[in-house]
Amino acid sequence: MNKINSIRKDWSLIETLIAEDRKILDIGCGDGGLMEQLENNRNAITHGIELNRDLAANAIARGFNVVHGNAELDLSQYSNNSFDYVILSQTLQAMMKPKDILSELLRIGSKAIVSFPNFGHWKIRLQLLISGKMPVTESLPYTWYDTPNIHFFTIKDFLNLCNEMNIVIEKSIGLTSKGRQFDISESVTGVNFFTHEAIFLLSYKNFEPIKIKSLKKVFAKNSVIAN
Amino acid sequence: MKTKFTNDTRLESEIAYFENINLKLESGDIIESFKLAFKTYGKLNTDKTNAILVCHALTGDQYVAGNNPITGREGWWSRMVGPNKPIDTNKFFVICSNVLGGCAGSTGPKELQNGIDVAYGGNFPSVTIKDMVKAQSLLIESLNIEKLFSVIGGSMGAMQALQWAIDFPDRILNIIHIAGALKHSAQNIAFHEVGRQAIMSDPIWKNGKYFENSEVPERGLSVARMIAHITYLSENAMHRKFGRKLQSRDIISFGFDADFQVESYLRYQGKSFVERFDANSYLYLTRAMDYFDHDETFRKNIEFSHNPNNHLKYLIVSFTSDWLFPTIESKMIVNQLNSLSREVSFLEIDTDKGHDSFLLEEPQLDHVIKGFLTNNFAKIDE
Repeated sequence: MNKINSIRKDWSLIETLIAEDRKILDIGCGDGGLMEQLENNRNAITHGIELNRDLAANAIARGFNVVHGNAELDLSQYSNNSFDYVILSQTLQAMMKPKDILSELLRIGSKAIVSFPNFGHWKIRLQLLISGKMPVTESLPYTWYDTPNIHFFTIKDFLNLCNEMNIVIEKSIGLTSKGRQFDISESVTGVNFFTHEAIFLLSYKNFEPIKIKSLKKVFAKNSVIAN
Repeated sequence: MKTKFTNDTRLESEIAYFENINLKLESGDIIESFKLAFKTYGKLNTDKTNAILVCHALTGDQYVAGNNPITGREGWWSRMVGPNKPIDTNKFFVICSNVLGGCAGSTGPKELQNGIDVAYGGNFPSVTIKDMVKAQSLLIESLNIEKLFSVIGGSMGAMQALQWAIDFPDRILNIIHIAGALKHSAQNIAFHEVGRQAIMSDPIWKNGKYFENSEVPERGLSVARMIAHITYLSENAMHRKFGRKLQSRDIISFGFDADFQVESYLRYQGKSFVERFDANSYLYLTRAMDYFDHDETFRKNIEFSHNPNNHLKYLIVSFTSDWLFPTIESKMIVNQLNSLSREVSFLEIDTDKGHDSFLLEEPQLDHVIKGFLTNNFAKIDE
């Protein structure tokens, strides 16, 4: 699959995870392609944030609500639970602090959708094993010294992190390098080996009632604010 | 409300007279009657949905496009407003009025006081951005336009656009806010104060009564303009334009003539400004900007307003080299709107042209303004 097809495929799978008439924040929204798709097909209300100036300008000129800014610095401005879904497509591995971003996604949104290339795919493992060099593949096409992808991780790593952060995986879709699609949760064995790209629908588990700790209204934790 | 309209042939401008209206100003003062000079471009459609108000900056006027009879030059935003321009007058009905306190035909210090044959001068009451917007809203009402599609402005114009969003959100659909801020910063007030001091220390100013002898405090006003003009540029832009190049000479004069091109340019800017702008107006309008402050109140005003404002769309634009209204100021507005989940778009345009960028050739500004207006208009037109 080439890069563009891969993104289109990603978008159409993300669309399947989203209900009608919802409010959505697309992080790294580019020129608004996914936002347009979700407005047209899901009647969504969309907002976006984009780091690249020209892409942000194009998205704004197409009439979308897009803020030119850096997700790692600017997500704090959004209020708790102000979106139904927050989408981070193919970017988690390029973030400085992926764990912080992940908790931000679920603070801002009731649900988060995260997609990423799986560094545990067999081709990548094989490349490193045989050549002894950092792998360069179709979905990760950069050499080690100029890659924007600074935090490589596998599906297993991601599942462990979700577990550690009490994040519930509501749905998970895997794609093989040939574009075949399967449910990650149902095919446990070898999934980390064959999944080329993964898409997760996430939410927090164990909602507790809001605790007000003092008269100053200090809330116990962001994650306890009920859905 | 009955409003008289006349056409001033000398000013090539329409004038709206609001008589016995007792406009109450923020200061508590009342202006019994006032007039606003305005220009319109394009045609109002039958549903009256295509009206756009353009708000001018400190030294602007109602001549946004076409010929400006005062300067004999093109309107101040004629590159932006006109047929097939980003604010397309084939599609939109564009209104631009000279602000209250201005000097291009609207009621201001150089106009005659009600009932007497003497100009206001220093007797003119202090006006604020809120007062200017209130006067504009009466003009829009008298033109029988219930809802403006958009209010657009840069710098002081951006302040007015923001004030519209706060005071009359139910009468607009979106604002385009360029190179503005929630408040006028201490540094900006400081520069304005230097300008005002230059005017007031000119012996011809005479507490604002210079018109009695048909004189103009030229020196003071031109120095004020020179200072202000520096703040509208950036160091890089100045260096690119002038560097240390000498003016009409090969060697320095060891005197205080305008040796350098940049000096000569500033002197020219000051001199030509005096020909078109009233010194008292400059005092009043800079003061209005200084008093602008929604730093603490903007969020509350938007969140708890009794006027419905959820529908408003905001386009906020800043420029990388603008040190008068830096990007951080625009981002404060964006942050507050985002924290309220409002429909806001923001772009910081990369340019070295400083605060004045909004008046100059910036293709990305044209691109976002045109697209924002066209696509959002298509949505309401469906």
